[in-house]
This record gives sequence, C-alpha cells and structure tokens, in this order.
Amino acid sequence: MAFMGDIMNPAPLWQNGPSPGAFYNFPGNSSSLASNHTPQDFKAHSASPITTTTTVIGVKFDKGCVIAGDTLGSYGSLARFRDCPRVMKVNDLILLGSGGDYADFQYLKDIITQKIIDEKCIGDGLQLKPRSLHCWLTRVLYNKRSKMDPLWNSYVVAGIQDGEPFLGAVDKLGTAYEDAAIANGLGAYMATPLLRDALEKGPLDQEAALALVRKCMKVLYYRDARAFQRYQIGVVTAEGVTVHDTEELQPDWSLAHMIHMK
Amino acid sequence: MFRNQYDSDVTVWSPQGRLHQVEYAMEAVKLGSATIGLKNKEYAVLIALKRAVSELSAYQKKIIPIDDHIGISISGLTADARMLSRFMRTECLNHRYAHDAPMPVGRLIALVGNKMQICTQRYDKRPLGVGLLVAGYDDQGPHIYQTCPSANYFDCRAMAIGARSQSARTYLEKHLTTFIDCDLQELVAHGLRALRDTLPNEVDLNNKNVSIAIVGPKTPLRICEEEELSRFLALVEGEERRGGASATGDAGAAPPRDEGDDRDPQVAVAMDTE
Amino acid sequence: MLSLDGNFPEYAVPGAKQVRFEPYADNGGSIVAIAGEDYAVIGADTRLSTGFSIYTRDQKKLFKLSDRTVLGATGCWCDTLTLTRLLKARMQMYEHEHNKSMSTPAVAQMLSTMLYYKRFFPYYVSNVLAGIDADGKGCVYSYDPIGHCERSNYRAGGSAGAQLQPLLDNQIGLKNMQNVSEAPLPREKALALLKDVFISAAERDIYTGDSIYILIITANGMQEEKFELRKD
Repeated sequence: MAFMGDIMNPAPLWQNGPSPGAFYNFPGNSSSLASNHTPQDFKAHSASPITTTTTVIGVKFDKGCVIAGDTLGSYGSLARFRDCPRVMKVNDLILLGSGGDYADFQYLKDIITQKIIDEKCIGDGLQLKPRSLHCWLTRVLYNKRSKMDPLWNSYVVAGIQDGEPFLGAVDKLGTAYEDAAIANGLGAYMATPLLRDALEKGPLDQEAALALVRKCMKVLYYRDARAFQRYQIGVVTAEGVTVHDTEELQPDWSLAHMIHMK
Repeated sequence: MFRNQYDSDVTVWSPQGRLHQVEYAMEAVKLGSATIGLKNKEYAVLIALKRAVSELSAYQKKIIPIDDHIGISISGLTADARMLSRFMRTECLNHRYAHDAPMPVGRLIALVGNKMQICTQRYDKRPLGVGLLVAGYDDQGPHIYQTCPSANYFDCRAMAIGARSQSARTYLEKHLTTFIDCDLQELVAHGLRALRDTLPNEVDLNNKNVSIAIVGPKTPLRICEEEELSRFLALVEGEERRGGASATGDAGAAPPRDEGDDRDPQVAVAMDTE
Repeated sequence: MLSLDGNFPEYAVPGAKQVRFEPYADNGGSIVAIAGEDYAVIGADTRLSTGFSIYTRDQKKLFKLSDRTVLGATGCWCDTLTLTRLLKARMQMYEHEHNKSMSTPAVAQMLSTMLYYKRFFPYYVSNVLAGIDADGKGCVYSYDPIGHCERSNYRAGGSAGAQLQPLLDNQIGLKNMQNVSEAPLPREKALALLKDVFISAAERDIYTGDSIYILIITANGMQEEKFELRKD
C-alpha cells in the first residue's frame, strides 16, 4: 500500500547522520575539505531553484476564481527568459498556476497533462476535480520533500468543485491550505493585503476580481525586482476555463512624483 | 481424470475457441447461494441469501463493505472473494489518500477486471472462482456491476448470480422497466421477491438468511440491521409465491453465449462456496 | 602546523554558499483540550502562518477521527496533513478488520506507534487527542513529535502550549493553590476556561489568533463552536 511507505525495506536509520561509531563531519569544515569524498557527497539534490518565476496570485469571486502570474524567468538577478507562461488549464474544471523553479513546474506540468490524457482515455466522462488535484499535488510535493529532493514550486489550484469555486495553495513542502485569496513569494507581503482588503468589503464579481488582480500585478511590478510587465490571467467559472492572452501592463511612473531623476 | 482433451490447463484453447478451465471457474459461481443487485434513480441495493454450513454454524457473510460508497455481494469461493475485497479496499483507500475523493465505481471495477484477467492467461495461476455483484454510488449515480471469473464485467441495471439465480433473473427481466422510477421500499421489495423465486418451496426468507445492503446519495453503504431487515421482509410477507422455485437446473449467470456447440459435462464437485 | 593538503584549519571556509533545503516549517497554532467526567472539549485556533505572514485565517486544525475521538494537530502543517491522512486510512482498515470503530485509547496507542515509526525523520507535529474512552469518561492524550504518549485530564499544545499549560495547571489542576478542594469540572466552566486561555494566548503569541474552532465531545455526539479572537 503506497501510503504506508515501504515497511519491508525501511530507510536506514540515521539517514543523514554519521555511521555508527564515527564522528559527524560538518560539511565545509577543515576536516571534510581534507577528507576523501564519498559518492554520496555528490548525489545531486535540488538544493536551490535555478530559473525562477516570482509571485502567482489567485482570488475567488462569486462564481469562480482568477489566477495571474507574469512571464519572466529569472536567473538569479538576471532577467533571463521573457516568455515563461505558468498559468495552465488542466481540464474544464481546473486552472493551475505556479511560482518558483520553472523547470520543476514544466516537469510536473507534463505529468499532470499525461494524467488528464489518461483520464480522457478511460472515457467514463468523469473529470478530475480541483480538490483532488490539490490533494494529489500535496502528496507529490510532500513525498519529494521527504526524499530531500523537493520540487521548488508553490502552486495555486483554482477550479470549480461540485459547482462551488475552489482556491487552494500547495508549497514545496506539501503545506496545503484553502483560502479566498492566495499569493506567494513577495506577493504574500504586497498582494495579500490588497486582496484581503477587497474581499473584506464584500463578495467580488468577475469584473471586480479581474480589476483587483490587475491592480495587484501592477503593484508587484512596481516593487518586485523579479516581476515583469507581461503577465497571464486565467479565469475559471462553471462555464469553463479560459487563459487570456498575455497582457502587458502600462506602468505610470508619474505617481512617483517625489522622485526626481537627475 | 480429464473431462476432455483441452481442459488440463488454463492456457490451453479448445478447437472451438473456448477456455475450459475458465468455464469451469464460471461454474463455481453457481455453487454459491443466490445474490441480487438492483438500482433505481438514486439507490443501489444488494440482497443476498445466506447459507449456514451446518445447523451448528452461523450463517456465512455474503455482503462485504469496501468503502463508504461501495459494497460487494459474493457468490462462489469465499476465500477468493476475501482476497478480491482486500484488493478493492486497498484501492479505495489509496484513492482517498491521494485524491481526497471516493473512488469512481467504474474505475475500481476496471482494476478488478484487469487483476482477474491475469490469472486466466498464465499457466501457474488459476482463475478466481468467485462472482461479484458490486453496488456503488458516485458522481454518476448508483451502479450495479457484475464480475465473473472469466474477468468479464458488466454494468447492469439489475442482476442475479449464484445457485438457481435464473428464476431471479427472470423476475428481474420482467420488472426491469419499473425499477428506475420506484422508491427504495419498492426496490428492496422487488429484490426480495426475485430472491424468493430462487428458493425451494419449503424454505422462505427470514431475517436470519437474508442480508441487505443499501447505498445512495448521502447514504453511506449500510448493511441492514435486524430491525430494518424485518421491516423490509414485512413488505413481501404473505404474498403468493410464483412458481419460479420449480425451475429446475440452472442456466447460470453467464452472459449470453453460443450454446450451439456441444457442452462439456457439468461439474459435479462440491466446494466450500457461499 | 601545515598539513600535507595545505589547508590552514582556521582559513577553512564553508565553500560555495548553498541554500540548504529545510524540510520542516513552523506553521504555528495552539491546541487546548480538557476532559471532564462525561465529556471532553478540544479547541484549536484557526491561524495558519509562517514567520510573519499568515497563510489563512480560517484553517481548522481539529480532525474528527470518529464520533468519539478528535485529534488536534499543529506544527509543521505538511506533516500534520500527512499524519492525519494516514491515521484516517489506518482507522478505516481497523474498522474493516474488526467490524467496529476504534476506541479512543486504541487510537491514542496507534498514533504513538505511527509517530515513533518516523523516529529518525519525525513528523514535526504537536498532537493532542481528546475523546471519550471505553468507560464513557472524557480523556486527553498528548504527544511529543516522536511518539511519547501520556494520558491526562487537560493539556495545552502547539506554539502557545508552554504559556498555557501553567495556567491550566493552576485553574484546573489547582496547583499552587491553598484552601481549595477538588471538584469535578462542569462542562460550561471548561468551555469558558478554554476560551479565556486562548484570548490570553492571542495576546502574547503571534502564531495564535483569528478564531478558535471548538469541539465538545460527549457520548451523544459532537457539538461545534466557533469563537473569534483578535486578528492582528
């Protein structure tokens, strides 16, 4: 049974520790610099993300959800790739957005796409629902983190669950939650207050939600050094999923009237 | 020893294009007592006739819960059914664990079918000697599925398998069109009448030898307790019994197939079946 | 002293800077459970946070395991999710095998085993289990992350556990009090006390707040309650 782990072949005790009777060698100190390396030292685990994308935001409105993310793939501080779409239609019920490592997203995107194709091939007319995908992502990401080989992403799953809007988030550890407003990365500090403020004033309709998300993208573009002016918006309602063409925001720096350029 | 030249192994074809071992396994289903599954627009119901091996023993369980939304009723080798039910339970549990949702009934049956097929194609295995009626409820409504040792499975509106189940099927076929619109009480009453048709004249249904399971929307699978069982049995009590019980022999629960060719001798071996 | 490989130990540097992957997160949250003669109340706040940011203000951290057992779990939320999922699956397996639902002490023991199974890569979760035992009495079990299990009548756990436990010791355990006599704790008083201690926790602990979700467990079933806390 998959969820019970492999009972017959348990992982060795002290996976990350010294072998019994040996001293622990802290990585990078003089003794380990001098000592012989073991093959395990070179086992490559994704210790950090490489090509990164920044915030993805999601917000619920009365009849569905909106997700938005810009299209910049950064290489550290280098704005490297300008067309990295990361808002994805999964099926007629689910929209998926990702932030973090772009390669990891592409890897999982392929797996999800195949999962959907397999499901269509069964041909029983059943469709994966957002809560199921959300839970499945939790399991995948948690299992990877437990192997100390995480997929360095945080996902926003939006969709229609049995007629009701669904919005959930999963991060690289498998931490999962549902909320009416979700933003990760820097967006957690800059977009979330805007989103929560708007939601507290009452339920949004689709138009208001889109306007709100566009405002958030603009604020993020002004403040987040890894943000970009081109972004994608996806909308999911009971009518289906649409991912809009890439939009380009028009920054207006006149608002920064206190700043004089010399 | 052998009944004919081509039944020594599961993997041997007869010149007529038949797998005799698989067909013998189909006979095992008919040795178990009868069980019936039927559904209306909302509910799927399983009704089974329980047998006691001896006067000293308890009645054998015929209905096994798989998950909150699926239950099975068995006919044939109980031990094989236990293995299958364990597999089905694990699959349902795994699906819940990974997808936070109940397993769609049709997909579970497809998995069971695939599992059962393997042992009809390998010389070191034998086909399972059990037939199942699966009742389940999912997003597509109630379902009744039948599975056979031949690894075939069928999506049914109503079905009966097991000993003397032909009479029950005759009843079900006759009333098939009424099931979909009748309420739960009537549905169970129909099932009980069909089951009673499989009984010899001197035996009648009582709350010891009948087992009923119901599943539906917001109704997790429930195997009826004595009190509810008695209420259902009261629905058909005192009704005049049709002559179904006089039907001799057993044409079997198998899907229709060509009966034109020479039939192999019937198996006459008793097994520990339910 | 120069060694052969030419390294001065004091010049040894960690090498290229690496972001170490940290498999655990602290998502905060507190639980308080109180057992009485024929009831148990358990409450947990609904704030899910990481550091200074709040993921959501509306996360239930109580898991109904059966109609007489509730688990409250806080700490590393991804571990909590996994642990409770596994627990639910194991309980269903028990039910299938034994044709009855698990009793609270049985769940308590199983949880301990499941936690210890991961002794060397533990679930970073603070668990408090509340319910009605086989005799119809309220019971509370508390755990450390690697499976130490202890039965008691009241327990606070989670991020504000260390602050709340002494308060409960005083108010329920009647510790450090003079001229008091022990009397059974009525359910209303337990409930009021539970709300009071959470109000205090929300004042001092930034990881506790927003609201509390409370379950009152009796032999006749469960009652839900929600109580608002400060949301800053």
